[in-house]
Amino acid sequence: MTVQSLIDFILLREPNVLLVVAGSIILCGMSAIVGCFTFLRKRALIGDAVSHSVLPGVCLAFILTGEKNPLYFLIGAIISGMLSLLIMEGLTRSRQTRPDTAIALMLSVFFGIGIVLLTSIQHSGNASQAGLDKFLFGKAASITLEDIRLFAFSSAGILSLIFIFLRGFTAISFDEEFAVSIGFPVRWLRFTLSFLTVWAVSIGIQAVGVVLMSALLITPALAARMWTHSIRFMLFLAMLFGMLSGYLGAFVSYTAPAMPTGPWIVVAATFIAAISMVFAPNRGILAQWFERRKNTNKTLEENILKLFYQIAEKTGESSKPILEEDLINYRAFSKSQLKLGLRLLQKKAFVQFHLSTWKLTDLGEIEARRIVRLHRLWELYLQQYLNLDSDHVHDDAEAMEHVITPEIEAQLDEILGNPKIDPHNTVIPPKQ
Amino acid sequence: MPEIQNPSLEAHNLTVIYHRKPVLWSIDFTLPQGQIIGIMGPNGAGKSTLLKAILGLVPLNSGYSKVFDKDLGDVRQRVSYIPQRQTVDWDFPATVIDVVLMGRFQKRGMFQRISQEDKAIAQEALEQVNMQDYANRQISQLSGGQQQRVFLARALAQQADLYLLDEPFVGVDAATEQSIVELLRKMKSEGKTIVVVHHDLHTAREYFDWLVLLNASLIACGPTEDVFTDELLKVTYSGKLTVLSQVGDQLRERNFPVREK
Repeated sequence: MTVQSLIDFILLREPNVLLVVAGSIILCGMSAIVGCFTFLRKRALIGDAVSHSVLPGVCLAFILTGEKNPLYFLIGAIISGMLSLLIMEGLTRSRQTRPDTAIALMLSVFFGIGIVLLTSIQHSGNASQAGLDKFLFGKAASITLEDIRLFAFSSAGILSLIFIFLRGFTAISFDEEFAVSIGFPVRWLRFTLSFLTVWAVSIGIQAVGVVLMSALLITPALAARMWTHSIRFMLFLAMLFGMLSGYLGAFVSYTAPAMPTGPWIVVAATFIAAISMVFAPNRGILAQWFERRKNTNKTLEENILKLFYQIAEKTGESSKPILEEDLINYRAFSKSQLKLGLRLLQKKAFVQFHLSTWKLTDLGEIEARRIVRLHRLWELYLQQYLNLDSDHVHDDAEAMEHVITPEIEAQLDEILGNPKIDPHNTVIPPKQ
Repeated sequence: MPEIQNPSLEAHNLTVIYHRKPVLWSIDFTLPQGQIIGIMGPNGAGKSTLLKAILGLVPLNSGYSKVFDKDLGDVRQRVSYIPQRQTVDWDFPATVIDVVLMGRFQKRGMFQRISQEDKAIAQEALEQVNMQDYANRQISQLSGGQQQRVFLARALAQQADLYLLDEPFVGVDAATEQSIVELLRKMKSEGKTIVVVHHDLHTAREYFDWLVLLNASLIACGPTEDVFTDELLKVTYSGKLTVLSQVGDQLRERNFPVREK
């Protein structure tokens, strides 16, 4: 592949490239927006079942008309998808079967019928059937101008309905009973949303095929959810992620012509989702790992400060320099933990190092007193209000003292009546 | 049972059958306005179902209910429902103020814009439940008590006259429970009617002016001092009515219709 052909792709110079890229982007962006509601309503598996269920409709449309007309395929797909969905809901509501059974049943029954029809078409000797099997894994690479018109029209219809009814769809996705109680037409909203999903699936399968369609619904939504707490922004992000996946899929199949577009779209979407799950702020794996490490370090630092305080309490000499080995003897820290903790405390100017001894600074002393106070207040609270024995409270307090906020501290102080002595008869340092 | 002028809520011969099992059986009652009313009974007595039946959330097998002497559809604006907070997914992408603004959806319908006035009302509702500092907090970060207060704020933003609360004190801390009770009393002083599904007998006498005792059928309905008696409580909570549920089980097992039609 030459640089020239790469540039041709990026600038969409070839009409064929333009069609594939435009088709993939439209389909993937639109499916991602619809998929957000599938995702939020926890209907991912239903989305998968519906995607598989449109196949018999597509085949029947061909059998009945004998034409490969995308509009007929769309109508057939929508009818068979809706039928499968309604049977699924009916079975679940009548309690004859559980929801998971109904989903699995409809997926396999409809897909099975679809494959039977597809096979019989292929052996019928009808020459015009060639390419019908592309509905299994998509045919993005051979999108025609006629297809694009249908995609664009459908996407415009689906998206405008989503935005017109956004408030209603949000209400039923969050709290359906409340939506009924305020008089929203919930049944109708539910049906419309289902219909839009089936419609989206019925055109989306042209890009990635029935087998992979549910990935196009769910994966961008999952990725978008990692980054935001606002439903509008989530819809927008999911659309961007979907479009990007569509573009990347088309790019790969253009640069490596033996590669299928649909599956590569799904790979790209998965890649985006994986990146989001690792790197997103707050919800991402990395962010949570950093938070855990911060908490562990905080616990370690506070335990070391507490140790300084306790040693001073025992010996009666405050701010006396202490040898590192002595610190280890007092409490079960590992050497590396202690070193790490002391280094962190030094950075915060809570401890000073001088001639192989450590000593609290004034700031460190204040902090140490605060932590010991929280620990002992909490011990007292556990003993008085949870009736724990005084020899049990220590371990519980050990874990909790690190998360007590000033507000909780004030509350504890108040309900315990400004106590001076903890359950072990040691002094609770007064508030500074 | 006492005659009530200008009732807030009436039920007539209300029967609800879930999967061939009677959950509510011929319930008849009339509730006054401007009171805090408790619906009490043991687990599985149909307390929550009663609220849902009144709101049309579950299909009725017989009977009807009236709200302010009208069909619910005509007075929806005056009724606010607060479901059990566990029924929704608190990991939904929304902030506290987003949820409270849903209380304005009724007034604005599905298409009208949310106005500055609506935002001011939502903000005020948050202040009333003392959650104003949390307006932009993501709802998945709230504690159980805070979730309940957000639901209450959403209800306040509806500016209704009749409030139906389903187990608002489940899983909330004592301080929140106390502040909710105070808020309900304040609402009562403004002439609102408040109906609360509740299961804690210890606090019933303190919280409620009026009680509905329920165990699939109606045991009693009246002012707390008349109804909260050892005798009636024993009937409500004792096993005497298990015969009804046994018959229900039989009907279901043998595939009988519950009513001959």
